[in-house]
Amino acid sequence: MDSQHEGTAHAAPPPTSRSDTTLRVNGKPHTLTVDHRRVLLDLLREDLGLAGAKKGCDHGQCGACTVLVDGRRVNSCLLFAVALDGCEITTVEGLAGDGEELHPVQRAFLDRDAFQCGYCTPGQICSAVGVLAEAAAGHPSRVTDPRAPSGAPVPLGREEIRERMSGNLCRCGAYPRIAEAVEDVIP
Amino acid sequence: MKPFAYVRAGSVQEATDAFAAHPGVRYLGGGTNLVDLMKLGVEAPTALVDVTRLPLDAVEELPDGALRVGATVRNSDLAAHPAVRDRWPALSQALLAGASGQLRNAATTGGNLLQRTRCPYFQDLSKPCNKREPGTGCGALRGVHRDHAVLGHSEQCIATHPSDMAVALAALDARVELRGPEGARSVPAADFHRLPGVHPERDTEIHPGELITGVVLPAATAGLPSAYRKARDRASYAFALASVAAVLHLRDGVVERAGIAFGALAHRPWRARRAEDALVGAAPTTAAFEHAVDLELAAAEPLRDNAYKVPLARRLALDVLGRLAPPSTT
Repeated sequence: MDSQHEGTAHAAPPPTSRSDTTLRVNGKPHTLTVDHRRVLLDLLREDLGLAGAKKGCDHGQCGACTVLVDGRRVNSCLLFAVALDGCEITTVEGLAGDGEELHPVQRAFLDRDAFQCGYCTPGQICSAVGVLAEAAAGHPSRVTDPRAPSGAPVPLGREEIRERMSGNLCRCGAYPRIAEAVEDVIP
Repeated sequence: MKPFAYVRAGSVQEATDAFAAHPGVRYLGGGTNLVDLMKLGVEAPTALVDVTRLPLDAVEELPDGALRVGATVRNSDLAAHPAVRDRWPALSQALLAGASGQLRNAATTGGNLLQRTRCPYFQDLSKPCNKREPGTGCGALRGVHRDHAVLGHSEQCIATHPSDMAVALAALDARVELRGPEGARSVPAADFHRLPGVHPERDTEIHPGELITGVVLPAATAGLPSAYRKARDRASYAFALASVAAVLHLRDGVVERAGIAFGALAHRPWRARRAEDALVGAAPTTAAFEHAVDLELAAAEPLRDNAYKVPLARRLALDVLGRLAPPSTT
């Protein structure tokens, strides 16, 4: 990348504030010239028209912007897109794949009516997908029994779900049904 | 936000060279604090040197039984690492007590140490703050300071350091490894952060251009009973009002060595040396713990609205120490 070269090869590089960046979003590659200030959330919503991820607080405090980057859940409002060159992004729009069938977590949120206004829902769903993967990979949480064997999949009960989903706020207070929906998809 | 140049460093040398080449540069790790501060206008770098793809993402066992954690290891991966969970459990517990799953997936070991205070005056450009803009005064001193320091603060600054991880590292005698224009060095984690004094703009002992390359957990605290406990306004996803990390080494029924650090009470993780010294050679009884913790907290100078932190920290410390001691002794 140009800016990388400039930064290391010359003492006083001409300032460059944009770079070509390639992201795979929901399986499709996109190469864009992005302003370095562009965060992933704004790129998704404004450049790619994917309005699923929501801008709640824009400061990493609410979780409405949660998406998966290389399979891990993150706050897309706090990630500069240029730093994600080459990464695989999955948004709520990409969870179901190409078919008509919803992702099991999406299905469970519908079945449990796990929302009122729905604004936090895409973030809740992406976060839940991340939670399931983390628990299966043996990642503990604050409430996991310290005597649980390291590396073994962590069984998810209600307390684990509530703790692991704490980065997603719901101002309508739909938490009980959100926790039930996640509980429904525990393998 | 002001425009900035972006450099993706491929090696530590490239990163420190790029830092030297740009005035007003910042290293970019997980960005969970820096990007937010840039949105708020508190930070306005002219260039970011992205260090997240440096080959510093390994956790390696060292021959002497220590563990080296690369600076770009993500907080969630470090908390889940079997060696950390099994041998330095206070560190895993501290990491898991911090932030949210999403933030821990992004935040790095080095970045966690370099995060800034969450003092609302520091984050608000319309308010005076000696840390953000030296000489403007401290809005919190006579303002809203319920969350602020009770130990080691100054007239210039009463902010606390927000990290949970750093509190565990301080108690566990970890070291912070740095590389900069003048070469490599390491400093004890307990001495890495500063007290504010008359220079609250400096959070740490890091030199300009230095990059944190890793953290080393020493063999001396490996496998000892250790724990972290945090009190906060809600059950999850909030900064500490007070927290404690502790490690106890018992031999022949007495304390051979103790490591105790408080979080959210000071401008840095507060290593409780007085309490530790008082415990050495003592039987690990409730009375000994009370005596030691009271000695330490006697130095507290609460502000108008945060005196609650002293008894809160006391109870947390007594609970954690009591859990680390064998049940028969307390």
